Amino acid sequence: MMEIGVLDLEQLPTIKPINTLVFHPGRCVNCGMCLQVCPHRVFTPGERRVRMVNGADCMECGACQKNCPANAIEVDSGVGCASAMIIAALKGRDEVKCGEDCCR
Amino acid sequence: MSSDYASDLLPTVARLGKEERRDHAKARLGFDRMGHRVRPGLYTLGSPNRESKVLVTANYTLSFDALRSALVGRDAFLLVLDTQGINVWCAAGKGTFGTDELLKAIEATLLAERVEHRDLILPQLSAPGVSAKAVKEGSGFTVKYGPVRAEDLPEYLDIGECTEDMRRARFDLRDRMVLAPVEMRNYRWGLILMLLAAVLIPFYGLMAMILTLGGLFLFPVLLPYLPGKALSFKGMVLGALLVTPFALFQTFPTADLVTVIAVVAEYLLLVPWIGYLALNFTGSTPFASRTGVKKEIFTYIPIMAIMSVSGAFLSAFGALGVVGGWL
Ligand code: SF4
Ligand code: SF4
Repeated sequence: MMEIGVLDLEQLPTIKPINTLVFHPGRCVNCGMCLQVCPHRVFTPGERRVRMVNGADCMECGACQKNCPANAIEVDSGVGCASAMIIAALKGRDEVKCGEDCCR
Repeated sequence: MSSDYASDLLPTVARLGKEERRDHAKARLGFDRMGHRVRPGLYTLGSPNRESKVLVTANYTLSFDALRSALVGRDAFLLVLDTQGINVWCAAGKGTFGTDELLKAIEATLLAERVEHRDLILPQLSAPGVSAKAVKEGSGFTVKYGPVRAEDLPEYLDIGECTEDMRRARFDLRDRMVLAPVEMRNYRWGLILMLLAAVLIPFYGLMAMILTLGGLFLFPVLLPYLPGKALSFKGMVLGALLVTPFALFQTFPTADLVTVIAVVAEYLLLVPWIGYLALNFTGSTPFASRTGVKKEIFTYIPIMAIMSVSGAFLSAFGALGVVGGWL
């Protein structure tokens, strides 16, 4: 069974829900950091690696990516704020930023 | 803003007084938005010793006060980062509550000389800005993420870890209610215009104003009960609900063609307006992802635009008809 486990490790497919979150289970070292930081409980503990269970709930905050020591999680983090995006679109800016006196 | 960390220890207390309450009220109402700052540095709460916990927060008064008031009766160090007066979550997103700032604060406050241990407790919502690994490499301190909410800190400190519930971002009635006053300030010019309009054309000006205020205050309260998933859709439903009493008032018991045109135009103009107000709440919810909001903008902005333009044409048509005498 062990060999299958190892083979498995290499062939674990990356998991990608509808947003920009991508999980590479093969790289996970089961440190539990993502379980600590995710405010939407996207990951759940597993025997040898965590499992991504609520990918669709991800708000793309980037906390898990920033704190994963194994680069097992990728997410295009950004501001989920319509006002900021609309302002950026109107001003022809690509990058969406919170305004000086918005976002408190 | 230059970051001037106090190199001396700064004493503080857990109990908040009148002054803090006044500051919080102002912050909640959106006054002096950048002015609610605490001096960055290392604070002593009670009388901490070299083994006492170190809790990290932002130098926004509401963040700092939420932290210290949760720790009544405890001795601890509070490390306040210079986030330029911005709360933990937003500052983490912008990177001002980040690895570099934390390393800078640790150094500037001589933290390593003041405590024996090497543990820091950070709010969970600061994690988008902080890399625990980089902090460890840069300072030797281990980052532990505490609960999302300061109010859960006593339990966390007592049991030494977070429950699943403490780790989850919630959006309770209280969290939602505080959004309305600040949002209202964002639309103050529009509201003043509507007030002027109310003087000139009483019914419509008043209606627009009541609907806008209704949207701003009722939307966050009713959020979980409105149908649909997209905030814009929920807002449009609320808009339709709010226009209906006015429409009934106008058309009951009988209505001529002009009134019918006016009522249809009201729906076409006000439903997308409340939908738009609702869409702008996305930034304040702890759920919206950038992908989701983008999708929502692309789906609903065109619908709202088409509705408003048809509503505007219909109103113009109706007005011309009345003036021209052919309606
Ligand atoms: S980006 Fe944020 S919400 Fe999404 S999985 Fe990572 S920590 Fe959770
Ligand atoms: S933070 Fe990365 S390595 Fe650690 S458990 Fe999560 S995915 Fe695995």
